[in-house]
This record gives sequence, C-alpha cells and structure tokens, in this order.
Amino acid sequence: MRFTDEHRLLRDAVRDLVEREINPHVDEWEAARSFPAHALFKIFGRAGYLGITKPHAYGGMELDWSYAMVMAEALGHARCGAVPMAIGVQTDMCTPALARFGSDELKREFLAPSIAGDLVGSIGVSESVAGSDVAAIKTTAVKDGGDYVVRGEKMWITNGIQADWMCCLVNTSDDPPHRNKSLIVVPLDAPGVERSTKLEKLGMWASDTAQIFFDGVRVPQRYRIGDEGMGFTYQMMQFQEERLWGAANVLTALEDLIQDTIDYARQRRAFGRAILDNQVVHFRLAELQTEIEALRSLVYRATELLVAGDDVTLLASMAKLKAGRLARQVSDACLQYWGGQGYMWESPVARAYRDCRLMSIGGGADEVMLSIICKHQGTLPGTGG
Amino acid sequence: MRIAVCIKQVPDTEARLRVRKDGLWVEEEDLPFVINESDNYALEEALTIAEKTAGEVVVVSLGPERVKDALRKALALGASRAVHLAEEAFQGGDALATGRALAAAIAGQEVDLVLTGSQSDDVGYGATGSVIAGHLGWPHAWLVMGLEIEEGGTSARVTREMESGMNEIFRLQLPAVIEVQAGINHPRYASLKGIMAAKRKPIERPSPADLGLEASQIGAAGSRLEVLEVAFPDSGEGAEMLEGDAATMARTLVEKLQREARVL
Ligand SMILES: Cc1cc2nc3c(=O)[nH]c(=O)nc-3n(C[C@H](O)[C@H](O)[C@H](O)COP(=O)(O)OP(=O)(O)OC[C@H]3O[C@@H](n4cnc5c(N)ncnc54)[C@H](O)[C@@H]3O)c2cc1C
Repeated sequence: MRFTDEHRLLRDAVRDLVEREINPHVDEWEAARSFPAHALFKIFGRAGYLGITKPHAYGGMELDWSYAMVMAEALGHARCGAVPMAIGVQTDMCTPALARFGSDELKREFLAPSIAGDLVGSIGVSESVAGSDVAAIKTTAVKDGGDYVVRGEKMWITNGIQADWMCCLVNTSDDPPHRNKSLIVVPLDAPGVERSTKLEKLGMWASDTAQIFFDGVRVPQRYRIGDEGMGFTYQMMQFQEERLWGAANVLTALEDLIQDTIDYARQRRAFGRAILDNQVVHFRLAELQTEIEALRSLVYRATELLVAGDDVTLLASMAKLKAGRLARQVSDACLQYWGGQGYMWESPVARAYRDCRLMSIGGGADEVMLSIICKHQGTLPGTGG
Repeated sequence: MRIAVCIKQVPDTEARLRVRKDGLWVEEEDLPFVINESDNYALEEALTIAEKTAGEVVVVSLGPERVKDALRKALALGASRAVHLAEEAFQGGDALATGRALAAAIAGQEVDLVLTGSQSDDVGYGATGSVIAGHLGWPHAWLVMGLEIEEGGTSARVTREMESGMNEIFRLQLPAVIEVQAGINHPRYASLKGIMAAKRKPIERPSPADLGLEASQIGAAGSRLEVLEVAFPDSGEGAEMLEGDAATMARTLVEKLQREARVL
C-alpha cells in the first residue's frame, strides 16, 4: 500500500469529522443506546464519504478500495465501536452487492440516496435459527404476480431500528441451499414489516440492533439484486469487504486504546513508581503494538490484492480472524493495567472491552473464518481434502 | 471577490513538545503539524464569502517543505490556488520579516480582502496580520468574531471582541486585512471531490526576487527580534487549590477560566 496525498487528505478529513461530529457525543449516544443515524450520515454523505468506491452515476467517487480502507481506519478513532460499525454497514456491508449487481433503477432508488446520506441501510443475513450457517436461513420470498411475498425474520440487525431499507438474503426456490437464495431490497416501511424493540447488548451500545419480522411483505420483483439464485454467492463476495473493513477499522481503535493505556499507566502510581514503569507492562504494550502492525500489513496486502482484482477470500478471512483475536487480547490487557478503574462501566477501556468482543462473532465468527482457511488448506473434512 | 487567506502550519497542540538541542526552538522531527486553529476559521470564512460572490480563494503560506501538506488541505477544502514561500531565505523570520514577505506575495494577487487567524498556536505573536496590513496600507481588524461583506462589496461589517467581554461592531473599507478568532463558524470537511481535485490545483513558489524582495529584508536576516532561548517554565508555582463542594469548585473554576485565564 502506497499512500498518496489523496489517501492522507482523506484520512485526516475523516479523522477531523470523527473528532468533531462523533466523539463529543459518544457518551450521550451510548447512554441512549442509539445515535442519530440520518443526521450523521448526511454529514458523511455531503462530504462524499459514503460512496467512495461506488459509481459516479449514483453519486459515488469510483475510487478503488484502498480509499475505503483508509476511511475504515480513520473511523477507528471514534471513541466507541458502535458508530463506525453503523457507518461500515452502510458503506461496505449492505451496498457492495447492490452497486455491483443491482439494476440501474434499483440503484437510483436505494444506492444513490444511501450514498447521499438520505437513506440508512441495513444488511439482513442472520436469523435467530441461522447465523454461522448462512445457507440454513429460513426466510422465503415467493413470487406472486409482479411481487415477492417475504415471510420470515432477521436477527441482530445493525441499524435495525433506524434503517430505511435492508439488503436481505432470502430463499427464492427449493433448489439446493447454495443456489436457492437471492438478495432483495426490502423497504422497511413496507406493510408487514415489524421491528422488535431495541435489543440490549453487551457492548456496541450506541448502535441500534433489532430483530425484524416479515409477515407477508410484498416487494416488487424488480427489487431483486442481480440474478435469482445468486444471493448466496453475492453475499459471500460482499463478505470480503465487510471482513476487511472490520479488520481495518479495529487497527486504529486498538492503537488509540494502547495510547490511552500508556497515558493512564504513566500517571497512575503503585509501589513508588508509575504502573507503566514496570517492564511487564511496557513490554506487553510494545508486543501488542507490534501485533497490530503485523495485522495492518496483512490488511494492506489484502487491500492491494483486492484493488488488483484478485479473490481475497483467504486473506480477508485471516485478517478478520486475527482482528477478532487481537481485539480481545488488546482490550483485555489494557483493562488489566487500568485496574479497578478499568472495570468501571463508564471507563473508556471497559467500553472498548465490551465493544471489541463482537469482533470474534459478528460478520462471521472466528470458527467460521477458520473453516474458510481450512477449506483453502484442504483440511476441512468433507471438502475434498 | 478574490480573497487571500494566510495559513500557518504549526505543531499539533496535543503533541508533546521537546526543546531542540540549540535551545532556540522545539524538536520538529516526528512532530505532527496541522493548520493553525484560527486559520481554519479564516479559510472557512473566505470560502463562504467566495461562494456567495462567485469569487475565489488564494491560500498563502510561508514555511518549509512540509507546509505543502497544509496547502494541499486548503486546496482540498476549496481554495483555487496556493502560494508557498518555501525558499530558505524566507524562513526563520520574526513577525516583521514574515509579514513583509506575505504582504509582497499578496500584493501580486490583486485581492479584495485578506483573512488571517488572530494568533498562531505556536509562537503566538498575534502580529503578522497587522504587519501585512501596514505594508499594504490597508485597514485591519483583530480578534474578529463576525464578518459580513456589505452590498457592493466595498465594505465589511465587522464584529470584534473587546476587552471586558464587550463586542465592537464597525464598518471597514475594503480592501482590508481581517484577523479572525477560532470559533466564528463551522469549518467544513474536505469533500472527497475536493480532495481528488486538489492535486490539479497550482501551488506557486515565488522566490524573494520574484516578489521584489532583498534577502536582507526577509527571514532571519530581515528580523529585528532575535530568539535567545525557548524553555518550559519551572513548574510547581502558581497553582491554586480550589475549595468547597463540587458545585462550588466548578463555579469558581468556570469563573477563573473566564476572568483570569480568559479561555472561555
Ligand atoms: C451486535 C451485533 C450486530 C450484528 N449485526 C448483524 C447485521 O447487521 N446483519 C446480520 O445479518 N447479522 C448481524 N449479526 C449477526 C452475526 O453475524 C452472527 O451473530 C454471527 O454470524 C454468528 O452467528 P450466530 O450468532 O447465529 O452464532 P451460531 O451460528 O449459533 O454459532 C455460535 C458459535 O458457535 C461456534 N461455531 C459456529 N460454527 C462453527 C463451526 N463450524 N465450527 C466450530 N465452531 C463453530 C462459534 O464460536 C460461534 O460463535 C450481528 C450480531 C451482533 C451480536
């Protein structure tokens, strides 16, 4: 990855926005279990940050994914995981397939306003009966006249309370599970859509998460993204951006956490010296910083290959796995050095500890990443190893 | 309306400073630099006026190579071109020498208005804008809190802060030099479009001779002020412990911050 002036300017501009528009409100938004998605997305949209890789025709900038990565990294400076995650859903989780395979009409209706920051999107893959095993989802969309009639439910949906639309994975036939699925856009104000109350979570408080029910929701067939039966494949492609985005985003968040811990441990004293002056502490923090830098190299290499048009499934899965593991290690180690203060609800390190825990679960659990890596290694039973 | 904005690149105020070995300035290696805070507000004010008057903004900066980053940022924000006084001869000057060089650079730009910040966050002389105005022979206003270009574009209505917390509002004939305070507007974010367009915008790099200046008039050679030492003050004196319950202490603190420290 070679950073150009443009990459650096984008990084600084996004960071500036994070410092001025997000960080001063984080405590309030965390307490409210929600943030004003429409208002904040509009600020991002106006600056052109929500359509970095998307086509010009829909208000995007048509830049390569290295710029998206730079933005993901810069968003990591937010003083919580929730708000960056919600933005990542909009830019790199619910829109890549739509941009790639959606019809012009569909992109005008949903992609363009999402890039502008007028609509808030969501991604609906997981269900209460199927998370890791995506192929096992139960929600169906059955053709009726010019419509699909959608029945089922989606679970743990980020932006679920505020979202205007969902990129929704549904079964559209009785074919085998990898060929019977489609991605469709479901407007969340359609009759028959019902949202649960906000789900209470361990962390990521400022992000509104909901279960969403579809009770005979009529969606025009033209709201299907790309071809029928290709939904699973499209979603697996879309997961690459999602996973790389997650890994890039956590890099800076973890670095900030280490810096905060250095600052805290430098002024906190025990046994006549700063906590930081114990070799076990400063060595451990140096070690973790090194791990972050190693993960960054992996993320940058995957990004380079993605930009060059290669399939990065393996590297993106490795990056996501390592990011999940490292996020837990770093937040746990840092919390330790904050002692009792770190264990307090309101301490920034406690928030990071709670938020970081999601990295090993959301967007595909660590074990799912390992399964993908094993498939590439030829060691996963039943996959021809 | 064509507006020149003087921006200075300064060490990030959150960075840890160390005194350089020669004791005359801070160690710049590894130091993060940013656009001086009040200059950001001057730039935003200029961009807004330029948009309303179909005009343009020229950013001017004196400083070493690294200043290019600050100029690029200003171009990404919407300035249409930049002037960088980068040559060694320009560097190391006091407010007098720096102001003289900036005034000479601005004189060639045929501008209707010059905006600057009120004070730099590093040395904080707060004098450069006045020196520029002096050289150009234009009126100027310092610590400006509000600015409105009046009908016809030949005068400006200026609100400035006086001592004791009162405001003064007056009319200023243009062209003029106006030094704004941080906080007078909401600086925009560089749009991605602006960022991508910035690389095609020109950065002029005039030499002293191009500006009709002798080496003896600018930089360290042209200065009438010589820095003998920079140092951190001895710590431990002058601290005052507040007393009372939390509400009382908070009230006293706010009062002190307003009245004594004057930061609120
Ligand atoms: C805060 C939050 C936000 C979310 N946002 C969204 C969203 O916006 N959209 C969306 O679609 N989903 C979302 N999810 C869902 C998330 O993607 C799933 O929780 C995740 O994929 C795991 O699925 P599951 O919870 O059903 O776990 P399960 O599939 O029940 O698995 C439970 C655990 O079993 C283990 N496991 C699973 N498979 C294997 C295996 N093959 N080998 C060994 N161990 C295994 C793993 O440790 C896994 O964590 C969100 C979740 C959370 C908590």
